[in-house]
Amino acid sequence: MKNYDIVVIGGGPAGLAAAASAFENGCSSVLLIERDTKLGGILNQCIHNGFGLAHFGEELTGPEYAHRAMEELKEKAPGVDVLLDTFVMEITPEKKIYAMNKKDGYFEISAKAIILAMGCREKARGALAIPGTRPAGVMTAGLAQHYVNMDGFMVGRKVVILGSGDIGLIMARRMMLEGAKVLACIEIAPQPGGLARNITQCLEDYGIPLYLSQTITSIHGKERLTGITVSKVDSKYQVIPGTEWDIECDTLLLSCGLIPENELSRKAGVPIDPKTGGPFASEALETGISGIFACGNVLHVHDLADNVTKEAIKAGKAAALYVSGEAETTSKDAIENPKVFPGKVVKPLNESDDEKAEDENVRHMTCIICPRGCRLSVKLSEPPVVTGNGCPRGEEYAIAEVTHPMRTLTTTIRVRNEDGTLGRVSVKSNGEIPKEEIFNLASKVHHTIINAPVAVGDEVLPGVVATSGT
Amino acid sequence: MKYDIIIIGAGVIGTSIAYNLIPYDVSVLLLDKNNDVAMGSTRANSAIVHAGFDPKPGTLMAKLNVEGCALYEELCKNLSVPYKRCGSVVLAFSDEEKALLDELLDRGNKNGVPDLKILDQNEIRELEPCVSEEALAALYAPSAGIVSPWELCLAQAEVFVRNGGTFIGESEVTGISKNEEGADAKFTVTTNNGAFSADTVIMACGLRSDKVHEFVAEADFKIVPTRGEYFLLDKCEAVKANTVIFQCPNKDGKGILVSPTVHGNLICGPTAEVLEGDPEDTATTANMLAVVKEKAMKSVKNISWRDNIRNFSGVRANTNIDDFIIREIPDNKGIFEAAGIKSPGLASSPAIGRYMVGLLKEGGVSLPEKNGGYDMTRKTVHFRYMSNEERAELVAKDPAYGRIVCRCEGVTEGEIRDAINSPIPPKSLDAVKRRAGTGMGRCQGGFCGPRIVQMLLAKQGENATPLSILQDANGSNLFTSRDEEVES
Ligand SMILES: Cc1cc2nc3c(=O)[nH]c(=O)nc-3n(C[C@H](O)[C@H](O)[C@H](O)COP(=O)(O)OP(=O)(O)OC[C@H]3O[C@@H](n4cnc5c(N)ncnc54)[C@H](O)[C@@H]3O)c2cc1C
Ligand SMILES: Cc1cc2nc3c(=O)[nH]c(=O)nc-3n(C[C@H](O)[C@H](O)[C@H](O)COP(=O)(O)OP(=O)(O)OC[C@H]3O[C@@H](n4cnc5c(N)ncnc54)[C@H](O)[C@@H]3O)c2cc1C
Ligand code: SF4
Repeated sequence: MKNYDIVVIGGGPAGLAAAASAFENGCSSVLLIERDTKLGGILNQCIHNGFGLAHFGEELTGPEYAHRAMEELKEKAPGVDVLLDTFVMEITPEKKIYAMNKKDGYFEISAKAIILAMGCREKARGALAIPGTRPAGVMTAGLAQHYVNMDGFMVGRKVVILGSGDIGLIMARRMMLEGAKVLACIEIAPQPGGLARNITQCLEDYGIPLYLSQTITSIHGKERLTGITVSKVDSKYQVIPGTEWDIECDTLLLSCGLIPENELSRKAGVPIDPKTGGPFASEALETGISGIFACGNVLHVHDLADNVTKEAIKAGKAAALYVSGEAETTSKDAIENPKVFPGKVVKPLNESDDEKAEDENVRHMTCIICPRGCRLSVKLSEPPVVTGNGCPRGEEYAIAEVTHPMRTLTTTIRVRNEDGTLGRVSVKSNGEIPKEEIFNLASKVHHTIINAPVAVGDEVLPGVVATSGT
Repeated sequence: MKYDIIIIGAGVIGTSIAYNLIPYDVSVLLLDKNNDVAMGSTRANSAIVHAGFDPKPGTLMAKLNVEGCALYEELCKNLSVPYKRCGSVVLAFSDEEKALLDELLDRGNKNGVPDLKILDQNEIRELEPCVSEEALAALYAPSAGIVSPWELCLAQAEVFVRNGGTFIGESEVTGISKNEEGADAKFTVTTNNGAFSADTVIMACGLRSDKVHEFVAEADFKIVPTRGEYFLLDKCEAVKANTVIFQCPNKDGKGILVSPTVHGNLICGPTAEVLEGDPEDTATTANMLAVVKEKAMKSVKNISWRDNIRNFSGVRANTNIDDFIIREIPDNKGIFEAAGIKSPGLASSPAIGRYMVGLLKEGGVSLPEKNGGYDMTRKTVHFRYMSNEERAELVAKDPAYGRIVCRCEGVTEGEIRDAINSPIPPKSLDAVKRRAGTGMGRCQGGFCGPRIVQMLLAKQGENATPLSILQDANGSNLFTSRDEEVES
């Protein structure tokens, strides 16, 4: 196997942008290794919209974002080699990479620099130590997302979500659109973990109750889940005895946090920050081992793919400078003066004083147009007056919301392949449609089978475009 | 169908008996009510191959434990089952407990346990640096070990089937009756999946051994189902136990232990709680898990509970009798039982299988020896334990081993394919897990699950439907149908 100056591990948005940036900054010998059979990382299963405003200046779904990032790599960095379906088994501080695939077997590559971009994984039930039985029907929200969006398998009918992280909120809406009933979202903290706009567009839109300061204290059912016990917790998250109540359900999705995937880094001896779960890093995103860089969710968990891309561009450039001997920081800085990553800003769900002053003629809402999630107030005068918006689009949104609320539908559609088998691609409504039309359109899409081939951007039904291709 | 011998119960005991019958020219049927082997106590226990200083001298338990322990190394090598002779220590935290160690040492010597030794504080520290400073002395038993119980059970069953034995699952025995004189077999075994007949019946039904006993005679013992709960922690550099760390036994049993597992994890438990209701209720409870935490930290101070991968529990088939019950049932010639096989049942199992064959012979069961032509060994690929050179060679030969499917444990597509095509084909995701070791790591199947589902569907062929995919036992369906599939 050929050796490379820079090897990037992981082909999600972080790896894609890092590889492109390393190439653009003068390194012509770059290899990108991805264990999946396609690039794009976790974004391939995030079929909802809300990505790309910052980086591409346009609202995109996850697969569209991944597609754009791949196009960018091809255009800007045509010389980057890509190995798909290839698993990196081990890396060493001397920057040897041991990897394996079906075609080349088990092989070794030497690199001058390595960029870690392995992403993150979800906290599973064990990490939460929820007592009770161990039936089928309990899984992480991201796993359910894979089954529902990628495989087209329905994971259950009566669903409870534990944790109000974004993946859980997104999956609550997704399950409703697929015909399930989502009975509750339960959060141990006194405020939701996900973005305010997801509380609005995933829970409130669908009438799903959010229970704060509560947690699940037991799981029931022998073979398949039959129900859960919920209890209130005090300010120290200790269960308050006597507050138990039961919910009958067949599915429990866990959305309780992400953990950077650092098995490879740890084995190589890369120092890990227990606070973020990712490597300590210098300003230039070099880890505690000289020449090993990190970006994206493997470094610290990001809320937004756009921020991942931004960080990865920086890491790619730093790695290129390192290889050409012009590095701006050293691995020592990672330990002695580590970069501090902004923690998650959780906004309490409290109403402002204004909102408490009840006024029938004023409506309050969260803007769902961009991740900032401004809290808006609309005075129902003629014309309506909007306050609280951070930009003009917020005003537009608020007025539409009180006159004719609009939403974008994202879901999947069945595709008949040339060989007769059924596959699936993700789709979205071509722009926003009236909110009350969402279920109708979803049902229409779900009852249709289209024929392959399908490309991103194809109109597959009137008013419905593909966001991934066959 | 008629067989020479029917074994009821495919736990580690039933399969050990089946395995030990391979050299004989008899037709053997192994029955279980579940959809796989190793679904009872055998899959949820501490996985310790006890050295044998615990049982009272002179009991069958003492004899079979020490014998069983001695058989492990070779058996597991022959069957390609993960096993490690890591030794065990029993810690004493007070002078009274130190006196108890002497008692255990004495018992162990009487039972024939090799190389027992009392360690002082320095020696403990040297052997096992993670042990609490407060431990004053320890009884060290170098012959103790750890094993993968369900893999041992499966391996025995697979080799049994490969040598011509029959395993039928999903068949709960509901009755055993004597046939009339002159019938072609002595007994009929009725199940919810048809009836089978045989001249000899062996019952190895774990928690249900009193119930099946009652199919033929009034039970002279009673199962006292006693549940034990556990934490299973991720591989972690900070706390690395080298040996099985026990505390002094007390009236509730062997107490809470901290031990490495053969897969490199740390296991802490079990509690002991008598179940009043369903003897197979393997739920965990907040109270008992708290007890495990508290007591485990007495032995090892800095256990990182954050690294918990899974909680589980198993139920011991304890009885009101202070020994194993292994015999031909009085006044029921031809019906044998291995009942109430509590701890150290796993450790004793290789010896119990042999012992049962001896009982059969004593009881006059015809066991003609085969004239060769059988193979008691099994080879499986454990990619994760191979050297880089071995891996390269294997992948070059068979590219299926070149794709990792389970990222936590490093299990390859080839190993999963082998599991799916094994002599007892897996009927669920957990059955694949028991065979290939997938989904055992920290993500608990979050990554490999969808890939294994696809492989199981591919195996089902044309009429494959996700609705048939099980997590574990029958009824544990993973998926429901989509609206459009119901309507169209
Ligand atoms: C289930 C889930 C849902 C999410 N939903 C959203 C969302 O809706 N919106 C949002 O903005 N963010 C979401 N996130 C966060 C999202 O992960 C980031 O926004 C972004 O995708 C992170 O990019 P990344 O490249 O760091 O990681 P990833 O996209 O996870 O990419 C990492 C890549 O590395 C590969 N890899 C890992 N280890 C190896 C190895 N040993 N060898 C070879 N390849 C390897 C993986 O296969 C993967 O393709 C979600 C995260 C998860 C886990
Ligand atoms: C918490 C705990 C910790 C333990 N720790 C250890 C240890 O560290 N070391 C050790 O040596 N031992 C240990 N043991 C004991 C050990 O696990 C058991 O002795 C051993 O697994 C018993 O095997 P078995 O085959 O008798 O029972 P099981 O594995 O329970 O098998 C019985 C089988 O019979 C089947 N069956 C029952 N009724 C019927 C029916 N009517 N029809 C058809 N099939 C039926 C069941 O489905 C089951 O598969 C522990 C046990 C527990 C619970
Ligand atoms: S008002 Fe503007 S800035 Fe604020 S959330 Fe809406 S779109 Fe974003």
